[in-house]
Amino acid sequence: MNAPHVYDIRAREVWRRLAAVTDPELDEPITEMGFVERLEVSQAGEVEVDFRLPSYWCSPNFAFLMADGIHCAASEPSWVSRVRVELKDHCFADRVNDAVNGGRSFEAVFAELTEGADLSEIRQIFREKAFLRRQESVIRGLIAMGWSPARIAGLTFRGFDALDLGGQPEAAAQKPRYRELLRAEGLACAPEDPVFTTWSGEPLTAGGLGEHLMRLRTLRINMEFNGALCRGLASTRYKEVDRSGGEPELIDFILGRVSPRPSQESPVSRG
Amino acid sequence: MYRAPDGREVFVLDCHTHFWNGSPENQRNIHGKQFIDCLYAYHAHLSPRKELWEKAKFEKQPVEQVYNDLFVEGPDDMAIIQSTYLRDFYKEGFSSIERSSQLAAVNPGRFIVNGSFDPRDGERALEYIHYMKEVFGVTGVKLYTAEWNGASKGWKLNDPAAYKCFELCEKLGIVNIHVHKGPTILPLSKDAFDVHDVDHAATDFQGLNWIVEHCGLPRLDDFCWIATQETNVYAGLSLALPFIHPRPRYFGEVIAELLFWLGPEKILFGSDYAIWTPKWLVEDFWAYQIPEDVAAERGVRLTDEIKEKILGLNAARLYGIDVEKKKAELAGSPIRIAAE
Repeated sequence: MNAPHVYDIRAREVWRRLAAVTDPELDEPITEMGFVERLEVSQAGEVEVDFRLPSYWCSPNFAFLMADGIHCAASEPSWVSRVRVELKDHCFADRVNDAVNGGRSFEAVFAELTEGADLSEIRQIFREKAFLRRQESVIRGLIAMGWSPARIAGLTFRGFDALDLGGQPEAAAQKPRYRELLRAEGLACAPEDPVFTTWSGEPLTAGGLGEHLMRLRTLRINMEFNGALCRGLASTRYKEVDRSGGEPELIDFILGRVSPRPSQESPVSRG
Repeated sequence: MYRAPDGREVFVLDCHTHFWNGSPENQRNIHGKQFIDCLYAYHAHLSPRKELWEKAKFEKQPVEQVYNDLFVEGPDDMAIIQSTYLRDFYKEGFSSIERSSQLAAVNPGRFIVNGSFDPRDGERALEYIHYMKEVFGVTGVKLYTAEWNGASKGWKLNDPAAYKCFELCEKLGIVNIHVHKGPTILPLSKDAFDVHDVDHAATDFQGLNWIVEHCGLPRLDDFCWIATQETNVYAGLSLALPFIHPRPRYFGEVIAELLFWLGPEKILFGSDYAIWTPKWLVEDFWAYQIPEDVAAERGVRLTDEIKEKILGLNAARLYGIDVEKKKAELAGSPIRIAAE
């Protein structure tokens, strides 16, 4: 590997920030979904990010939300002088790229297709879904640990922070992500605030928990459907990427694409 | 005919099949390639390993193969072939009523060929509906609201132009409207998978049956709510059913929701051939049980009787097929495999 150490540090910093960008439909970090294909940082602080979605047909508004998120996240470090994001292989790639790199709004670039509305409504819908999806994971973890509805409904922010979800990996993974949205939305702030609320801020009750969970279940069914399809499409699609012959780059090490197992089918570690 | 392990003979009406041509010769542009590639990715991802096809086999099937996959190897008694044009992507259309009708003619009584129309064509769409009725006697159509048409990248079922078409369909007795939902492109400011236009159209056209393919996924909650309100809205299982193989518990959650909200009379089997073949789907479905905790939470069961309804009896009712009569008719006319 020829990349000087300084680039390594900088690329890692950008990479960590990209991990905060999620696929809005799935609420999964784009870095974990394997969407980010290339990340390069020049000596002058120019950042280039290429990303590719599981399908050519992914909805362009979702694609735009991700491209915009990437642009914002990559612009955060103080040393960054310029960011260029490129969506690859998508039916509206050119327009999404023009918008996000030219600093133009989504509405301006897609004027004839948006009926004059902006993306704030859809952003809000996805935020709510992410909140509820994360909440369900934590609650299901607690149920699996034998917690009663009354105990769940009575959990405070302080108690939440003290929770050990060690035996429930999914709940443990979602706990900090749930906390982040709780705080950001102001749904729970003080130590005594109930930690499980509806999106509009109503605390959950022991009696209403069952019905609430039913609703969360259908939400999860929806997200899992897309998640499963996207992962499937991605695994099928990315196999076709021809990256053979090249030396692994820094990004491949960050991504864990350089597999120690030669038998594993990976687009970049082949050979 | 599917023969269950206990000897029971199950009538199978496969509501969602295609006789498509996605081959490179028929592709108009990169979109045509990307479209069939996307379907192939579904196939590759959800199929059992032993059912995987080569890409070339997937792109276009000869007539003999279709008959074999559906009726000889496969358990279908009858299949509904849906038409999907995608004229912006495919020179002769992806799956046309003319081509499908030729296939159907080889073995009369086995196929129902559905048409399609695009309300954005205005007057021509109305003329085309007349043409489909007069020439092919269609009783159903498949609508694809995400289809591109020049500058337009999609349409909604409650668009005024669509309503004109539905009025005509109702008048002509084209009563089964299969709807393929999303991902729609339009409007970009909204949820790409939104299903609420079904609600409007189903309310305003009570005389039509609205069969929503892949049961509205990934908006199952909205779909269930709509289908509960509207007596004329049905769930097509295409695309949802194959999850039975890689993710059986997940499929259990989906079917439990559908049984809870819609009940066993409003769910229809569809293999989505040639994305998947009906043989393994029907076998897996017949052997399937919803995980106990999921079934208990929703208070539903998937009995053999309910499976029979889903596999054929529900669709037979919608398409006016007398099942006993049909069984006798088909028993007397074995499948003929003829060259195209």
